[in-house]
Amino acid sequence: MTPFTTLCSIAIPILRDNVDTDAIIPSREMKSTGRTGLAEGLFAPWRYSDVAARVPDPTFELNRSEAQGGQIILGGANFGCGSSREHAVWALVEYGIRCVIAESFAPIFRANCIRNGVLPITLQRSVVDALAWHQLEIDLAAQTVRAGETNCTFTIEDEPRTMLLEGLDVIDLTLKARDAIAAWTDADRTARPWVYLEKTA
Amino acid sequence: MTQPAPKTLFAKIWDAHRIETGSTGSSLVAIDRVFLHERTGAAALKSMAAAGRPVHDPARVFAVMDHIVDTRIGRGDGTLMEGGSAFITETRAAAKAAGIMLFDVNDPDQGITHVISPELGIVLPGVTLVAPDSHTCTQGALGALAWGIGSSEAEHAMATGTLRIEKPRTMRVTFTGTLAPGVTAKDMALALIAAHGAGGGAGHAVEFAGEAVEALEIEARMTLCNMATEFSAMAGFIAPDAKTFAYLAGRRYAPAHFDEPYWQTLRSDEGAVFDAEIVIDASSLAPMVSWGTSPQHSMPIDGAVPQGPQRAHDYIGLEAGATMLGTPIDVAFIGSCTNARLSDLRRAAALVKGHKVSPAIRKALVVPGSSAVKRAAEAEGLDAIFTEAGFEWRASGCSLCFFAGGERFPEGSRTISSTNRNFEGRQGPGIRTHIASPETVIASAIAGAIADPRELAKETAQ
Repeated sequence: MTPFTTLCSIAIPILRDNVDTDAIIPSREMKSTGRTGLAEGLFAPWRYSDVAARVPDPTFELNRSEAQGGQIILGGANFGCGSSREHAVWALVEYGIRCVIAESFAPIFRANCIRNGVLPITLQRSVVDALAWHQLEIDLAAQTVRAGETNCTFTIEDEPRTMLLEGLDVIDLTLKARDAIAAWTDADRTARPWVYLEKTA
Repeated sequence: MTQPAPKTLFAKIWDAHRIETGSTGSSLVAIDRVFLHERTGAAALKSMAAAGRPVHDPARVFAVMDHIVDTRIGRGDGTLMEGGSAFITETRAAAKAAGIMLFDVNDPDQGITHVISPELGIVLPGVTLVAPDSHTCTQGALGALAWGIGSSEAEHAMATGTLRIEKPRTMRVTFTGTLAPGVTAKDMALALIAAHGAGGGAGHAVEFAGEAVEALEIEARMTLCNMATEFSAMAGFIAPDAKTFAYLAGRRYAPAHFDEPYWQTLRSDEGAVFDAEIVIDASSLAPMVSWGTSPQHSMPIDGAVPQGPQRAHDYIGLEAGATMLGTPIDVAFIGSCTNARLSDLRRAAALVKGHKVSPAIRKALVVPGSSAVKRAAEAEGLDAIFTEAGFEWRASGCSLCFFAGGERFPEGSRTISSTNRNFEGRQGPGIRTHIASPETVIASAIAGAIADPRELAKETAQ
């Protein structure tokens, strides 16, 4: 995973509440069983006036000239709600987005962001609104978002922060606790034998 | 000696699964069951194989084909979605290589993940169960802590038998009183989300409780818990009771009986404190229907459309103040992990018997939630009642719950659907979805327009 330390980019506002993962990447745009080939389908229903012909809709924020190359999206409440499809985050990453700043996030989407090096920042709606189309400087270690003279701080739990800063592979990290997991499992096997099944496949 | 502090059911399950809490605050939590489907399963298994990571305990990982399988009778690996077969064949190959149990396209136990897991006794009270599917919370109806995750988290769960998560806060949603006739678990869920918002449960593990919840049968409890993700809750669950144990006892992967005292401990202690509480009077609820593009845009069916975001009104083609009853419908769908179990189909069949789907309806479909539900419904003659009325009877799968490129209707078509999501484009480009109970789908299919199931029930009773 690419570490996230600092980021300077314009903030592209998609300031709607309840932006769902079907809007971020519709099911029909998930054409392969892998994690790639998704950027073109990002926000397809809003980004294209004719989805099949890929005709850009000039009124959609992502298509504006100042949004080109932008790496930060601003959202409203409950951003990323709906389907758990990690393809939504894979599509964002492939398109070049590294940070989403929103009033609040749906939990599965937020966890998917952290696993893929995308920083989810939660800020009050009025603050998010004020960042629209500004050039932002984000510093994860300092937990700050700076827009010109304005500086604000955000909170994020320690573990996701470390994961993002160091680009850690979380499975490797957990496998270091292999002995603790094995000891716990041995004890649990006695306490709750019905959990442990015979292999049937 | 001091009494131990009363604990919530969530805290009991959490504490029983917490292996360690790290210095950074998140906990390493044991995962008892993982379920995969073909839409996200192949990606996770392939990625693990590429990284050289085996599945930690294959006997506790299951997979099924449900999302993009063809639901037309006589199906094979072909899909209506272009390129969809690869998801099926690659999931099959990856499941075989990983040594996990797969319920394949035409397996007698095939069905929607959250329908077959309880049917087979894979989910149990007190277990942790995860799947890369947001509606995994459905399975909390059996007293499990069950929640949806992404593909990367699924890899983590399969590779390590654990997840690293922050402890959520607790919420209790209590439904007091008794539901009126014609009002269902689906209406309870929609009423909760309409009142408290699609983000209302964010950060919380939600226990559903109260007289009206206890009165629900197990399948209806699944309908209620199914919508917890539409409330942005991490999980939704109901303490197991005699109905739960009777439902599960002896199922294939479940214990033969639940006689040990342990099972009776799986409930919130009296006096347990929740971080948040919501109380809803179930007796005040009416059949609900969504008017807009989020489940929070839901309303009593006999009311007027409230003012919402203009974008939602524009998409759905209904302005504030409009009457919902009588809104013409093009498609009627009964299916999905929300409302396609045998009890749903029985109630729907009882209402539709002796009636015909309106000629104004372009398509009317019943898609059973599992192959077992399909067989049981056919044994009772429900399929004949539906087809006689003008519904098409299908094989089990997710079907019209979402659009992956298969069955398509003209833009602007309006559906009445027993599913869980009414997002823009969820059922296809430009499709206007109204989610409601199976009863409301039936009443509307007969009328050719959104109709109150209580009126139809009165007519049927006469």
